Amino acid sequence: MRHYLVLRVIGKLLIPFMLMFALYVQFHGESGPGGGFQAGVIAAAAIIFYAIIFGLPTARKVVPDRLVETMLAGGVLLYALVGVAGILLGGNYLDYFVLAHDPVHGQERGIFWIEVGVAITVSGVMLKIFYMFAGRRRPEGAGE
Amino acid sequence: MSPFPGHYSYAVTIFLMIAGLYIVIARGNLIKKLVGLAIFQTSVYLLYIAPGKLIGGTAPIVDARYAVYSNPLPHVLILTAIVVGIATLALGLALVVRIREAYGSIEEDEILEQDRASASEEHGRAA
Amino acid sequence: MIGEHLPALQVVVPLVAAPLIVLARRGAAAWLIATIASFVSLAIALALFVEVREAGVVSYALGSWAPPWGIEYRIDAANSVVLVLVALLASFVAPYAWRSAAFEVPEDQHYLCYAMFCLCLAGLLGIAITGDAFNLFVFLEISSLSSYVLIALGRDRRALLSAYQYLIVGTIGATFYVIGVGLLYLETGTLNIADLAARVAEVGTERPVLAALAFITVGLSLKLALFPLHFWLPNAYAYAPSIVSAFLAGTATKVSIYALLRFYFSVFGAHELFEVLPMGAILLALSVAAMMLASLGAVFQDNLKHMLAYSSVGQIGYITFGISLANQPALTGSVVHLVNHGVTKTALFLLAGAVAFRVRSVRFERLGGLARAMPLTCAGIVAGGFSLIGVPGTAGFVSKWYFVLGALEAGSWSMAFLPVVSSLIALWYMWRFVEVAYFRAPGPALAGVKEAPPALLVPSLALIAVTVFFGLDAPLTVGAAAQAAQVLLGGIR
Repeated sequence: MRHYLVLRVIGKLLIPFMLMFALYVQFHGESGPGGGFQAGVIAAAAIIFYAIIFGLPTARKVVPDRLVETMLAGGVLLYALVGVAGILLGGNYLDYFVLAHDPVHGQERGIFWIEVGVAITVSGVMLKIFYMFAGRRRPEGAGE
Repeated sequence: MSPFPGHYSYAVTIFLMIAGLYIVIARGNLIKKLVGLAIFQTSVYLLYIAPGKLIGGTAPIVDARYAVYSNPLPHVLILTAIVVGIATLALGLALVVRIREAYGSIEEDEILEQDRASASEEHGRAA
Repeated sequence: MIGEHLPALQVVVPLVAAPLIVLARRGAAAWLIATIASFVSLAIALALFVEVREAGVVSYALGSWAPPWGIEYRIDAANSVVLVLVALLASFVAPYAWRSAAFEVPEDQHYLCYAMFCLCLAGLLGIAITGDAFNLFVFLEISSLSSYVLIALGRDRRALLSAYQYLIVGTIGATFYVIGVGLLYLETGTLNIADLAARVAEVGTERPVLAALAFITVGLSLKLALFPLHFWLPNAYAYAPSIVSAFLAGTATKVSIYALLRFYFSVFGAHELFEVLPMGAILLALSVAAMMLASLGAVFQDNLKHMLAYSSVGQIGYITFGISLANQPALTGSVVHLVNHGVTKTALFLLAGAVAFRVRSVRFERLGGLARAMPLTCAGIVAGGFSLIGVPGTAGFVSKWYFVLGALEAGSWSMAFLPVVSSLIALWYMWRFVEVAYFRAPGPALAGVKEAPPALLVPSLALIAVTVFFGLDAPLTVGAAAQAAQVLLGGIR
């Protein structure tokens, strides 16, 4: 679809705002509807939108497969490390109370990093699923 | 408790539950089975969420102005269940893609027919 | 400092290993991480086992949210045994995977295979350790989703269909379970298993509680492959890669049985429910059907892995038989058999994997005269078969002894014969293997077949040695199981 000028221009205009909106949803998650899941999906949707307009190979150059796999593992690791941080600071696993001097502030800090981990993993998984499905060719002779 | 609860959400839940389960059992198409499975799982979301809502209740943030709060826990649980459901659906669809590549069909009876044919062939070769 | 966090680390270590494996990507590094994670899990499980024997109950509040509000990890005599079983089997399967997975799984998928193995391990350990009913559902799904993937890695295209069928059945099972938990939550307002037990007793026989019991029973029975709900199991185990069938056969169904035990005895035990619903009678009938019919089914299979899978369904029947009798010796038998059968069946599937490695088939027609080509492997299978049959001196004998004692304590001579009759059927199907392997002339399929390499043989024969050890040193397992049975029965009024 890269030959459609309107699509290309609109797409290039919209994608930065989609990514911005993802970040808004991510950081607004503490005080309103939002959070890592939604933000991760929106960010992945922006890349998928890019891939639909400019083709899968171009998108794979921008966000390579290795990065996607690192993201989906890295997010989970970040989540787990927040838990381990709780242990190291003298609390239980996933204890946010000890992450800052003030327990309430600690909760805020803990959930912030957890949500970052969630967002990274979710967008990684969404992109991975998209790449896997889109990259598959119809087997010979099986098409209708 | 009366056998027919006054809350109509239960009726919807049970309808979705039975409809989903029926599709899973009655349909031979692998994709339709997954659709039924998704409906079946959705009924559970409703089962948990509906009783968590109190009419007039607010989000459970302690404040002097509010006295009635909705229970947030069902929402949290169901958020988890939704993620599980999505993972199941994605994996199921991925399996169907692979099955289609291997068998050239997504109809259960045709696939089983092929399996029986290859099994008897295997048997014939070995004998 | 680490000591008090062992309950969390038990699950976190394999859970963290999975993303590390994905980051490592290289097959050798992935295998190393998975193996280390399995060994560390075993060490933690053993440490917890010892701690529980001294302290009675170990409770861990995740995120320092006090139970019953937060998620609690709660280890007592019952689930510490299950933790050790799961981690032990993983520690035998992981070293074996080095050669076996290299042979059976495409090379670019090795690291994913090991990542899924670690996730599955984390999920199974999580089911066993958690004290929260909804958390149990999450771990159930983690282990199930990863096992669907693992089964689909099989080379045969039928593996895909088996994985799909398992996915449908497993999801229905897990959803039934979560419906049951939902009804309990609506009725009691709590998800903590220990707290549920107290509150369910107060509620009485309200209809939602009865429905919850029914949903949880059916849901978990699908997962543990209780007799008429076992149809997904044989194909899933037969077409999965060898390491997967070995690991799942010993752990997945066993952990679901543990969950059923937990709900029957710890949650609903102190309740007059069982006087209202004839659960014991239903479970007894189905268990007997499994012991007889599924074992008979094993006799008529033409494939070693299929035979072992049907035998698993039959052996699960023994365990539920003990549950339905619900007295001290019978329940001890159930817990002992959970361990013994897990170890035996994993060992047998590992040996079947060794056969598949050399012969490239496990169909009986092609295994004629196998004992001459692979004497050690065949001897191992026969020794494992002795344990399935329950020959004195093997692990199987110990558990069957307790089932007979349990039936006698329940006052029924006729039921005491049931395990014996089922053992004879086991003798019949194991004899079929002996006849094929020892008394037939080697066929052309065996030309050039050698004994399996040590990398496969050592872990599987070591596990066979464990079954014999559990058979000879019965007090070790029986002592732990008797304590577990006591804890579970303590939940009953």
